[in-house]
Formats: sequence, structure tokens, C-alpha cells
Amino acid sequence: MKFAQSWLREWVEPKISTENLAHRLTMAGHEVESVEIEGEGLDGVVVAEVLSVRKHPDADRLNVCSVSTGSGEPVDVVCGAANVFAGMKSPFAVPGVKLPNGLKLRKSKIRGVVSNGMLCSAIELGLGDESDGIIELPQDAPVGAALSDYLHLPDAIIDLDLTPNRGDCFSVLGIARDVAALTGAPLRGPDLPKIASTIDDTHPVECPVPAACPRFVGRVIRNIDLAAKTPAWMTERLRKSGIRAIHVVVDVTNYVMMELGQPLHAYDLAQLQGCIRPRYAKPGEKVVLLDSREISLHEDTVVIADDSGVIGMAGIMGGLSTAVTERTTDVFLEAAFWPPEIMAGQARSYALHTDASLRFERGVDPAGQGRAIERATELLLAIAGGEAGPLVDRSSDEHLPARNPVTLTQARLRKVLGTDIPDETVAEILTGLGLEFGPVSGGWRVIPPGFRFDIDIEDDLIEEVARIYGYDRIPEATGIAEMPLGPVTETGIDLERVADTLVARDYQEVITYSFVDANSNKLVTGDTTELVLSNPISSAMSVMRGSLLPGMLAVAAMNVSRQQERVRIFEIGKSFHGTLENPLEIVRVAFLALGTDTREQWATKSQNIDFYDVKGDLEALMQMTGSESAFDVVPCEHVALQPGQAANIERDGEVVGVIGKLHPRIAKSFDLKKDVFVVEIDANEMFATSVPVAKSISKFPTIRRDIAVIVDEDISATQLVRAVESAVPDLVREVTIFDIYRSPGIEAGRKSVALGLILQETSRTLTDADADTAMNAAVQKLKQEFAAVLRD
Amino acid sequence: MQALSELILQAESEIDSADDLIALDAARVAYLGKKGLLTARMKGLGKLPPEDRPAAGQEINKAKQAVQAMFEARRTVLDDAALAKKLAEDAVDVSLPGRGISRGGRHPVSRAGARIERIFRDAGFGVRSGPEIEDDYHNFTALNIPANHPARAMHDTFYFPGGKLLRTHTSPVQIRSMVEEGVPIRIIAPGRVYRCDSDQTHTPMFHQVEGLVIDRGVSFANLKAVLHQFVESFFERDAELRFRASYFPFTEPSAEVDVLWGEGKWLEILGCGMVHPNVLRNAGIDPEEFTGYAFGMGIERLAMLRYGVTDLRTFFENDLRFLRQFH
Repeated sequence: MKFAQSWLREWVEPKISTENLAHRLTMAGHEVESVEIEGEGLDGVVVAEVLSVRKHPDADRLNVCSVSTGSGEPVDVVCGAANVFAGMKSPFAVPGVKLPNGLKLRKSKIRGVVSNGMLCSAIELGLGDESDGIIELPQDAPVGAALSDYLHLPDAIIDLDLTPNRGDCFSVLGIARDVAALTGAPLRGPDLPKIASTIDDTHPVECPVPAACPRFVGRVIRNIDLAAKTPAWMTERLRKSGIRAIHVVVDVTNYVMMELGQPLHAYDLAQLQGCIRPRYAKPGEKVVLLDSREISLHEDTVVIADDSGVIGMAGIMGGLSTAVTERTTDVFLEAAFWPPEIMAGQARSYALHTDASLRFERGVDPAGQGRAIERATELLLAIAGGEAGPLVDRSSDEHLPARNPVTLTQARLRKVLGTDIPDETVAEILTGLGLEFGPVSGGWRVIPPGFRFDIDIEDDLIEEVARIYGYDRIPEATGIAEMPLGPVTETGIDLERVADTLVARDYQEVITYSFVDANSNKLVTGDTTELVLSNPISSAMSVMRGSLLPGMLAVAAMNVSRQQERVRIFEIGKSFHGTLENPLEIVRVAFLALGTDTREQWATKSQNIDFYDVKGDLEALMQMTGSESAFDVVPCEHVALQPGQAANIERDGEVVGVIGKLHPRIAKSFDLKKDVFVVEIDANEMFATSVPVAKSISKFPTIRRDIAVIVDEDISATQLVRAVESAVPDLVREVTIFDIYRSPGIEAGRKSVALGLILQETSRTLTDADADTAMNAAVQKLKQEFAAVLRD
Repeated sequence: MQALSELILQAESEIDSADDLIALDAARVAYLGKKGLLTARMKGLGKLPPEDRPAAGQEINKAKQAVQAMFEARRTVLDDAALAKKLAEDAVDVSLPGRGISRGGRHPVSRAGARIERIFRDAGFGVRSGPEIEDDYHNFTALNIPANHPARAMHDTFYFPGGKLLRTHTSPVQIRSMVEEGVPIRIIAPGRVYRCDSDQTHTPMFHQVEGLVIDRGVSFANLKAVLHQFVESFFERDAELRFRASYFPFTEPSAEVDVLWGEGKWLEILGCGMVHPNVLRNAGIDPEEFTGYAFGMGIERLAMLRYGVTDLRTFFENDLRFLRQFH
């Protein structure tokens, strides 16, 4: 909320600087977004009257004005503003003045005519950033008066970021109340009038749904002067609050809303047809609003209707058909209390956030309607004349919000805040806040005022006391707590260690968005996910990723486009599966590599990576589990991977991830030209681990025996190793594959695999004869199972 | 016959002038070999009268030992020189890069997150997580934000058809943890959160760390202490904090915390407060017996301040040249 400091200080005048005031407001929960000082450096700018206007002899667009500055003879001024007229009052800067926009005025000749100063626009004077020609001051502005005196300048515009619990602060009065509580300065204000009616006219109002409209206050005012203009002091205050002056009646209602926090509405009395009835909208009803938008109403929306139908949306905006216009002379003013629970969500459901809806949905003072009408009447009569009818108040007290007494105890105050605030100080704070209270045993019984929708329970009062007392005055105290040592599991691998392992293997961590575009998600997972956002930021971020890879591939492509030849990245994060009713989140680890295996290096020839580079990285992760032998890498078909270079990673027969070469077609769709190898694993399945159980190390020597066998191409390395292990389970400690050889010398479709067996007995030294026996058993097994031929 | 002393001098001169092991060995043979000059002298002892033999023999032995020592000294010199020469040939350019794979790095947000986690773990906080696709109850209602509460407008929530949503904060983990574990409880919950907002200072996804401590006698004064200590620990320096009154539906009193940064500039770094009695009740905890505090901070915000990152969006752009700075 934006307002002029001078307006606030009319209600409460603490003896503190603007800066200090802003600080106090911020610390008390009304965060000051900005303080803008306006109207500084206007010495030498006075109120002047344009006596006559004549055309410049040599310039079509310029006028030569004779201007009275209140002292001495009138002076001639060349003026380019289109809105200048004889009799106009306007700010005038004399030569020698330096204006806030930096312009230094000199007496000068403009196209041959001497100009003795300047009639000024708002921009030139630093009074706002909109100008429509020179400023037109009201006719009663005293000629010769310093402009800063006349407009009460300089002034500060304070912009507050108010929290949603403090609906009572959306007005100058509301802020003034808190400033009074904070500073001890007394709250004062224009004495609120009771306007005596001079006519008997009223307009009928009925409230058939009192729960939705517990209070509706109205008044007829007739014979408003059509020529009346809103005075400068009011338009200036409205402008500083970011509200444009529109029409004297509307300006007055806006002014009262800003001042007292009660939104008002003015109807053109002549356009009202019959009794005004606030009620719920009927099916299919529509209304055309003040801003000409047509709205189809929901049935849970409260509207204001008369015999012609809906004439406004309660607490949001009035209708066009009964709006005041330039020809309106008779008005009906409305001030209602629309309960927050009725207003909640209404403005949002129509995307119609207005100054009124903002206040009603947070709660306006349920007792403030009459006061607001009286204030508006006072202002309107003073500015535009007219005759006021009696105040009509349709209230249903039982439906107005009741404030229950709340007990605040010193014990709980101390418990929650952790400090002692003396009783007298608490009482002072409650008094300052304008709360009614009396002592009870160990505390106070407080009756919150109707406008404090945020005070319901004891802790609400504790917050109020702490806020006014000052959070900075509460000392710090290190908490004392029991610190039981919780269980630390060793059967799962900390993902930090996984990350460290990948980092050590030259992978850079990335973090990509959890939502991706539907196409690339489908491309990589082969599935169409149900998890589509209703309101995505963009279509590129519209579905929950079913794999970490789409985002990572986009990152890889972006980096390649930025001249990165090698990309090795990993991500740890969730992928999202399942249905809208039962979404499933799986923590995954994915890594991706493209380019050469090492950075360019003088002594090593780097080469493009292949499947086995990333498989080596995968094996490093398998080794972390201590159960490497539980894993199998099994050929599979995968929608995103190249056939023949795609495999499931299985642990004890369960698929825990995939490894492979990205299908060239998919690589191309991401604009990746190099071979891309990827691994994606489910962390929880993959990284279950057992607590190591140490076995004693055999002190007997090992024997190594090598064999080479020729087998069909489709026999996998794992099959051979498993067969050898099972042939001599007690003796084989390790089987390594140390060579793969294909033709020449080997028939097509076959390959030679060289196996190294490390044999060891745990209880005695192995003899050559034992080793021979073991090797024979292994070779027999290979022959039987795979038709292997021993190679010489 | 030549005097023994002269013979020694002559040997010394020959030994010193031998500049390789072959020359040195030739000299050794010439003096100490079977037919060497000193050996010959020893053999010549027999020609002396018996009474002169012991003294002369002693002289010759001394001479032999002296010459032997000279040989050995010279050999050491020549050996050392030879080794030095060989080693000089083996010298490498130590400035050339080493072989093998280089190292990757962590993302700065992970790095900052791990640091935050470490600080709180050290103080006895457990680490918890929760789902990112949340329901309305845990993200809002249980946190004292009923349907249509104006505070929901502050959240810019991503929704799914049917009402599920992407959590807008890590606070739902408060509810889940309190319900599952009961109290007393001391936890933090780091993780991804989502808001439907994207501009220079907002990304639609970011990371938060939630903190929650519930016990008997936990107060706002404790909250102030723990956050002050945390900020000083995280930034590794003295820090001035200010607690400003604010509003979150799930805490009361609520505060936003600013840290004094640079020239008298206050930067907002986190939000906190005492857990609202309604939130405790929603988790089945008696607010008369237990009190507690909660806080929530944006990891990106802290990472930006810690590492001097000026544009939030670079975190999720993932340009390797940017990321490599964080090793």
C-alpha cells in the first residue's frame, strides 16, 4: 500500500524522522518497499495565474502567455503546452531556478520572443511520472504562494508490503494506529462528523441473505454540482497512493477508502431501478462491470441487484449500468461489510483483484461503514455541494463477526518468547494497540476490536506484544535439549558418497528442472506421463520428468553449442511416475558422457569414449555396495538406446537401471552429433548394501592359470566367468578376462576369450596337480555349456 | 729405489687423474695388483735383514692402506658423478600436466546444501525428506492455510488435475515428520520446491531447507540463537542479524531475518517463527506442553551470497564453464 507521509502524519505525529519511521514500520511487520521523496528543490516555483494567451508570431505550436506571479507586473512567458488557457492557475518557475529534473531556467528568447520563466508540468517538477501538459491548479490556489507551501511539499511516498493477516492496515488510519502503538504518539484524526440530513430522500435496501451481507449502509445525495472539480490536495494524495483522479464522486470514495480502509461505491441514483438487494448470483447471470468487462457469475458469488438485475459484484467492482457519469447529479453511496469468508477466493476465481476485494477478503472494520459514509458525505458536500438524505443502515448484528475475549498469561508469554517482559510494559503495549483489556490472575483478559481479524488466540496476542516490544529486544538463548544418538544405518549408501565418486571420475554435477517438455520426456522414456501440470510456466516445462535424461541431454546440447567438446555430467534427483492419484517418486542417479575419454593430454592419446568407459564408471558405483557379484548387465531393448549397446542393470535379477549408447535418432533430436553414453539408476534399489563381514586372508600362495577358448559371439563374458566359477567353486578366487580376439585365424561368428584364473586353497598350499585338475574341470564345463574350443 | 712416500704421491696423482672407472682400475692394478708396485715392495721384504722387516712391513702396509683409501674415495667420486650424469639425463619437465583422468565437481547449490546440512547435523539435527508432489492438506491446510486463505496467493502454486500440487515449500515435511516421529523433534528437511514464477529473481524450481525443533520449553530466544549461530557458521564470520516481524500462517510470532551485508545493507535471508498452536494440534501435539520453532531458507539465496553469484538463473542453466568454478 502506497500513501503520502504527510497524510499519515495528519493522523499521528511521532517525533521521528521519515527514515526512522520507515525503519519502525519495517521492524513491526509492515515492510517498507520504498520511500520516495517528492517535491524537493522547488524554491522559486510559485502559484501563478495565466492572464492571457496569444499565439506566438513565429511558431504555430507555441503561445505567449501573460502571467501574474503575485508580485510586480505580469510577465510574458512562451508556453508550448496545449492545455494552457486564460484564467488557468499553474506552477511557475522564475529564471535562475534549478528544477528537480536538472533543468536550469534562464531568461531566454524563444523564436524571437523573450520568455521570463516557465509554466511547469508534473514531470518537470518531479511530481509523478505522468504529464498531460502543464499542471492545472484549482481556481482557489493563491497566486504568488510558494508551490511547496500550497501543496505541502516535500512529501515522502511510503510503499508498504502488507502481510495478508493485517487487513486493518490497508488504510492511513490503520497504519496510524500501529505507528501510535509503536511510538507512543497519540492517534488523532479529522473529527468524524455526523452529517445532518437536509432532505428526506432514501433508497430502499433489503438484505435477504444477512450472512452474506450483515451490514449495508447507504445514503442519497442529490444535486451535486456537475462543474465541481476534485481539489488538488485530494488528487495529489490519491496520486501518491497510485490512484488516478477520475470523477469527483469516485475520487471522494477512493479517498475515504484509502483513509479509513472501507471501500465505498457510488451509484447514479437515476439509474437504480427499485430496491437494492445483495444476494447470491443466479445460474447464468451476467454483469457488465465498470471497466466494461462482461462477467459470467458463479452461484457462490454475492452480487448487488435491483429490479433490472445484477448491478455489481459485492466487494469487487460495481456495474456499468448504474455507474456515476459526467451527467450524474444524484448519487446513492454504499458502504457494506462483506465478510472475509464470503469474499475468500472470489476475486481470484475471476482474476479480478481490486482495491476493494483486497480489503474485503482480509477483513474491513465491521463497525466502520457508517463512519465511512459520513466522511464521504462531508467531503462531497464540501467539494461539490448537494443535499444529503438520512443514513440508512441495514445491519444484522448476529451475523457480524464477534470478537471473543482472549486471555494472555505472563507464563505463556515467557514460555513462548523466552524472556521476561514486565507486566507494566505488556499493559502499555496493549493500551497502545487500542485493545480493551482487564487484569485476570496471572495475566490479562483482552477483547480485540472488531477490525483485528488476526487476534483469535493467546499466541496472537503474544505476537502483538513481541512485535511492539521489538524482536530485537528479545535476547538470544542457546537451547538446551536432550541429545540422544539416533541410529546410523550402514545398509544404504549415502548419496553424497555416490556424488563424490562420480566427481572423482570426472563428472560435473548439474541440477535440471523436475519438469520437462512432454515430447522429450516421451522420447526418452517411451511413456506418456499422467503427471502434467495444469498451469505450467511454459510447454517446455509442463510434465514431470520420468527420467533425469531429457533435462541432462538438453544441458549437454547447450554446452556443446557453447564449444564444450567433452561433456561429462551427472544429476541426483527424483523422477516421477505413477498416476495423478498415486504419484511415485524415485530417487535416481544419472550420468552422461560424450567426447573423449580424457582431456587433451601431451603424453596420452585421448580417444572417443565407448560403452566400456561409462561401464567402468558404473562398476565403480557397483563396487560401493560390496556386492558387485550381485549385479548383471543384461542386453535389453530400450526406446532411447541404440540396439546392441543397451543393457539393463540388474541386481539379484531385479532391474535397477539402464546403461547404453543414446540412440542416434534421439541424439539428433537433441542436436547432439557425437556418441552419447548414458547410465540411469534407481538409487534405493541400486545402493542397498550389506555391512561388510571380514574373512581371514589366506596365507597360502595363489596360482594363476590362463586359458583361451573360442566360443560363439553371442556367449557373453559373464556367462563364461560364471561357468568357470561354478566349475571349481572352492578354488577360484578371481576370474579376469584379459583379452578378446577375433579373426584372422578365428572363424566368423566366433571369438577367442582369454581367461585368467587365480586359484587358492584356504588350508594348504595348492599343488600344480591340484591346479591341473581344476583347469580341466573348468575347460570341461566350458565345452559342455558353450561348445567352447580350447585355443592353443 | 724410490722412496715409499714418493710412491704414494705418484699413486695419488695417478688416481686423481683417472676420470673413469676403467682408468681407475688400471691404476689400482699398477699399485695394488699382483704385480703392482706396492705388492712388489711387500714381496721385496724378504731381502731385508730380519730385524728391519717388521718396521718396513708396517710402512708398506700403511702405504697400501693409504693408497687403497685413495682408490675408494676416487671411486665414490666417479660413481657419484656417473649417477649424477645418468639422473640428469632422466630429468623431466615437472611443469607438464600429469596423466590420467581429471576431476569433476559438485553443483554450487548442492555444495551449499551439504554445508547447511553438515552444520545442523553437527548440532544434533536429523535430516528428513518428503514428497515433492504433495497434497493440499500437507502443503497448506495442515499448516494453518485453509482453502481460499489470502496467504495462498503468496505461493503461486503449480497444480495437477485432480488437486495434487508441487510443494511450494519444504514445510509439509514438518507435518509428516511430527506425525511419524512425534516429539521432541529436531530436524531439517532440505529439498526442491516449486513456485509458478519465472523472472530475473525467480526460478520455477528452487531449493529450501526447513528446520523444526519441538520440545518442552523451546522459545523464540532459542530460535534467535540458533539462527544467529547458523549464519555465522555458514558464512564463517561474525554476522549481524535482525529479526523483523512478519507473517506466516504456520508460525506465530513470525519473523523474517535479514543479515547486514556490505555497506549497511540488510538482505533478507530466511523466514521463521514459533510453530503455530494449530499446526501442533494438526500433528496431534499438545501446544500447552510443547512449543517449538521452525525456519525455512532458500539454498540458492545463501549460495549466491556465499559464492558471489549474481544471477539466480545461472544455477539452472548448467553452463559447464560456470559450474567448474565450484570444484
